[in-house]
Amino acid sequence: MFLIECPWCGPRSQTEFHCHGEAHIARPKYPDAVSDAEWADYVFNRSNTKGVIYERWVHNHGCRRWFNVARDTVSDRILAVYRVGGKRPEVTP
Amino acid sequence: MVEKKKTGKAAPKPKKAKAGPAAKPETAAAAPPVAPAAKPTAAAPGVAAASPLDGRPGTGIDTAVMVEHPHAGKINLRGDPADQAFLDAVRDAAGAAPPTDANTVATAGRNEILWLGPDEWLVVTPEGEQGAMETALGAALAGQHVSVVDTTDARTTIRMHGAHARDVLVKGCPLDLHPRAFGPGQCAQTIIAKADVLIHQRDDAPTYDIYVLCSFARYLWDWLVDAAREFS
Amino acid sequence: MSQKFRLAEGGRIDRTRPVAFRFDGATLYGYAGDTLASALLANGVHLVGRSFKYHRPRGILSAGAEEPNALVQLREGARTEPNMRAPQVELFNGLVAESQNRWPSLRFDVWAVNGLFSRFLPAGFYYKTFMWPASRWMTYEKVIRNAAGLGKGPAEPDPDRYEHRNVWCDVLVAGGGPAGLMAALAAARSGARVIVADEQAEMGGSLLSDTTEIGGSPAADWVAAVFDELHATADVTVLPRTTVAGYYDHNYLTLLERVTDHLGAEPDGKTPRQRFWKVRAKQVVLATGAIERPLCFRDNDRPGVMLAGAVRNYVNRYAVLPGRRAVVFTNNDSAYGAAIDLARAGAAVKVVDLRREPAGDLIDAAESAGIEIMDGCAVTGVKGGKQVTGVTVRRLDEAGDEVAGGSRSMGCDLVAMSGGWNPTVHLFSQSRGKLRFDDGLAAFVPDRSFAAERSAGSCNGAMTLSACLKQGAEAGRSAASDAGFKAKAGSAAPKVDEPETGATRSVWVVPSGKPLGRGGKHFIDFQNDVTAADVHLAHREGYVSIEHLKRYTTTGMGTDQGKTSNVNALAIMAQLQGASVPEVGTTTFRPPYTPVGFGAIAGRNTAEFMDPARVTAMHDWHVEHGAVLEDVGQWKRPWYYPRDGELMRDAVNREVLAARNSVGVLDASTLGKIDIQGPDAARFLNMIYTNAWLKLPVGSCRYGLMLHEDGMVFDDGVTTRLGKNRFLMTTTTGGAANVLTWLEEWLQTEWPKMKVFCTSVTEQWATVAVCGPYARHVVGSLTEYDKLGPRDFEFMTMREMDVAGIPARVFRISFTGELAFEINVPRRYGAALWEAVWEAGQKYGITPYGTEAMHVLRAEKGFIIVGQDTDGTVTPMDLGMDWMVAKTKGDFIGRRSFAREDTARDDRKQLVGLFTEDPHQVLVEGAQLVEAVKPAPPMRMVGHVTSSYYSPNVGRSIALAMLIRGRARMGQTLFAPRLDGGAPLEVTVTDPMFYDRGGVRARG
Repeated sequence: MFLIECPWCGPRSQTEFHCHGEAHIARPKYPDAVSDAEWADYVFNRSNTKGVIYERWVHNHGCRRWFNVARDTVSDRILAVYRVGGKRPEVTP
Repeated sequence: MVEKKKTGKAAPKPKKAKAGPAAKPETAAAAPPVAPAAKPTAAAPGVAAASPLDGRPGTGIDTAVMVEHPHAGKINLRGDPADQAFLDAVRDAAGAAPPTDANTVATAGRNEILWLGPDEWLVVTPEGEQGAMETALGAALAGQHVSVVDTTDARTTIRMHGAHARDVLVKGCPLDLHPRAFGPGQCAQTIIAKADVLIHQRDDAPTYDIYVLCSFARYLWDWLVDAAREFS
Repeated sequence: MSQKFRLAEGGRIDRTRPVAFRFDGATLYGYAGDTLASALLANGVHLVGRSFKYHRPRGILSAGAEEPNALVQLREGARTEPNMRAPQVELFNGLVAESQNRWPSLRFDVWAVNGLFSRFLPAGFYYKTFMWPASRWMTYEKVIRNAAGLGKGPAEPDPDRYEHRNVWCDVLVAGGGPAGLMAALAAARSGARVIVADEQAEMGGSLLSDTTEIGGSPAADWVAAVFDELHATADVTVLPRTTVAGYYDHNYLTLLERVTDHLGAEPDGKTPRQRFWKVRAKQVVLATGAIERPLCFRDNDRPGVMLAGAVRNYVNRYAVLPGRRAVVFTNNDSAYGAAIDLARAGAAVKVVDLRREPAGDLIDAAESAGIEIMDGCAVTGVKGGKQVTGVTVRRLDEAGDEVAGGSRSMGCDLVAMSGGWNPTVHLFSQSRGKLRFDDGLAAFVPDRSFAAERSAGSCNGAMTLSACLKQGAEAGRSAASDAGFKAKAGSAAPKVDEPETGATRSVWVVPSGKPLGRGGKHFIDFQNDVTAADVHLAHREGYVSIEHLKRYTTTGMGTDQGKTSNVNALAIMAQLQGASVPEVGTTTFRPPYTPVGFGAIAGRNTAEFMDPARVTAMHDWHVEHGAVLEDVGQWKRPWYYPRDGELMRDAVNREVLAARNSVGVLDASTLGKIDIQGPDAARFLNMIYTNAWLKLPVGSCRYGLMLHEDGMVFDDGVTTRLGKNRFLMTTTTGGAANVLTWLEEWLQTEWPKMKVFCTSVTEQWATVAVCGPYARHVVGSLTEYDKLGPRDFEFMTMREMDVAGIPARVFRISFTGELAFEINVPRRYGAALWEAVWEAGQKYGITPYGTEAMHVLRAEKGFIIVGQDTDGTVTPMDLGMDWMVAKTKGDFIGRRSFAREDTARDDRKQLVGLFTEDPHQVLVEGAQLVEAVKPAPPMRMVGHVTSSYYSPNVGRSIALAMLIRGRARMGQTLFAPRLDGGAPLEVTVTDPMFYDRGGVRARG
């Protein structure tokens, strides 16, 4: 079970969190202006990376804040934790 | 053994509030800026106020005593801690600024402000004072983008103290409650067994205030009583 | 009290406390401090079980967790437990154990016939024989299970208590032998929070059965001194009888502490039997020791063939002589310790050493003790069935592949074997550490760590006591230092005098002079009855991967996880492939290290604590008034309120009629409620809901549908404007938490600049819904009736007023289609309000109704329930709710997906109503709809029933269904085939609204 460093509350057990999938997928600003394929990329298609994945977690049994996590899907190591809106950090698995 | 704080039926005089909107609803455009109105929070004399744990038997042991404190005022407060005007206004109304250190508690007289999140706090007042607090916060914060919501009845508080209190909690709480990691003046939202809780350690006894949603209160109370049996 | 094989003195047993126990019905005696295995051996009992497949007689192989043979059924009745390892069962007064896997008795077992036919039971036998014809597998399986099953699970509920404990620490030390104790000591002296756990009753590990000295005193004295110091150090936890069972991500480890197992006491209702520790450790020291390897020689499974280290353990620690005439068969020096100790204890001992001309201090010591050493020789066969009676010994050729020279027979009642030692790398492997094959040890040792751990002692390949102590001290210091503590001086390892030892000679399959598999069996995996011949067969059949080999032969797949068999199997496979062991690979060890019972994993999260029962403020009233409860998520909601002897159907009909004809009352407190405020609140709702919100007047309510971005409905509810910038949203009962998370997701991740705050107020309010023609009369009698008139208090608006003296928010909204008032009061007054409504309603025949009646009432109106009539694949248009979708407000979540090809296709399922041919026939929810019935499936399915009830108001059964092109099929006849084999039901497609189509009643 992971130990996740909430950017606000510090290290907490994974049981307090929920993962909500890949991060940095912005909603198209003008949905009507994008093609079906682009819309499908936004709604359905995910990278399913072997290696570093940037994903969103929420501390839903704690401070209820959303934040981003860079995780190596091979090792399950958490390489970085950063706030929503923050730049995708460069990390090495 | 019943460890139950008696809850007063004679509630403080309700503050008179404006009646609801007029028969013909105003349109949004025409609505005046809404200052949080002083809410009537208490019923007329004679109306029974019930707590979720009324009459529930306690642990019966003095190393893990449990008492319910159901009706302390609890105001959920949201705002921007980077805004000095916000901090000042809360200090004016509640006696202390909301703590900006995560998982800490600010105390001002009989009021406590518990950190819930980077822009969220729980203002805890003595029983019956939540209406006045809601009004005071609303007035002090008028014009700011904040949220002041009375949640007094949403949660009850189980106060647990004694030499085995920590041993009971760690049976179901994934948090590090060891004195090196968690002490008086600290609070945390976490889990005990399968209930979400807000834990506030009050002293080294140790004494914990465990805030829990009322619908989960019986489950959690019974779970804690059962957990404490090992120490009887 | 005859313990014929108990030595007159010595051992760590308490001879002043005799202990009586029963094995297979016979009463035997041992002493406090014994294990079941040591006590059996003290009584000369070697035969303790039958093997899994061939039902061969089996004895005690080991003195620890690796035991594959001596698995017993422990205790009786509700507390019985199968497959308990006799060497790990501490003896207690009244202990009852039964041997397993034999019938009718251990000494005469009819299934032993399998052994005679063993040529027909090779590796993969089940796969080859019983898989055809496939339809018979179920029959075969029952017979096989009956014949092969090991122990039996209890048939009664577990009466014991099990606790959990969450603990964080700086350094966790797994293992309390010399390396572990030394590591714990070094870490403790630095001030770190330390936990040291050992599976045995006493700390000390190998030192408990060793005769060496540490720092000039007996090893046991050193153990006691360290134990005392650890106990006296603040924030150090010493856990005997505690197995570190699992090592998971991010240094999360689980420990099983056996609190009262060794007492055998009856449950006292408070003391846990076991405690399951969940530990988050900053740093871990693995000091898990080593497990001795068996030698693979012919009939090496006979009772009386034991591991040499185990023999030493029984002699020194338990003062038991496992045999009076012993043959020690070894490929390394360590077994000489056993030989010397056996001789000292009075046994006649001979050593058979695979090595030629072994030399060293221990060999010298054995020789000077008068022990005959046959070097370059092997035990090539074992005599005796239920216990060893003798062995044959032959010389081996240079390569060790063949026997050379004549055979010599010798009588004996004990064979103590040693094939070298395997570091116990299970936890290291679980932590994802990489292993390396050490040629000197002929074993896997830790190579690269993955987690924040380090190995020390024999689990790290250190095979001398001084090296173990040194590595332990260093590991303890570095673990504490990595956890942020400064090492204190004075934690150096104490001095030890040790004998010089020589090398090991690996002979993975000891030749017997006969073809492998003839005239006897070379066992590799004792628990699963896998032999060297099985590995050869697998190799001949083309198996290459060790993972396939494992599964095909079942090597290492017993409850012992192959602790004694994995390396031997690998090495034999490597030999066959002409490859090195690391080229063939290794196996992955998975948690737990030894089995953990479900009781411990479940802890107290059983029965009433398995899942929280959420209750409303009015719950006690419902229970007192006989409500049958329904689970809605974790909530307990009244389902219906049967009167004396009333059937559900009748109760629901009565409640449904009352709500339409007089007045009904429902506890609606469980609906989710979210306070939403901020200057952008209305704009935010415009994005979240499909309809328009900017112009909703203050005090008015509006129904909303929420979509996911794929355009599918996922929640609905009524939202009320409390002020210009403040709304109160309601959600479905089950969706409350998800909706709040959904709102926060958008606010925090996509639109952080939107000024909106959301606060859950679900539990702040108790909600009493009063509905029916007399609702106004009932509520009016509790407040000012005049304020409730249809023009004073319009449908879909909210008013704040006192009801029964309680400050309340009253909503004129209706989920039943009747005139209704939903009264919200602070939760503490919920029960008082309910009572007041109940009293006031008496003269109108007020009837409490539950969720079932509510479902019928809303279905009569064609109101959907999200999650029942929808399933995540349904758009508002599919539901015929186009009117809910704003055409001009612009963007909202899910809107863009309406234009997707799949969402826009014209053959989607649409919500319709159904009437059955027979008005009293109620369709089964989930029933499929077909246009034409065929004698048997498959039939083309065109839709399915989502809701179905008998409606007393309509006077017939009604149903809702999702049907392909449903709205174009009005009046069409379809069929619903039945699972129960009855004739398919004929149904007519109709509009999904069955009652008060004009919606007059709710507005009244």
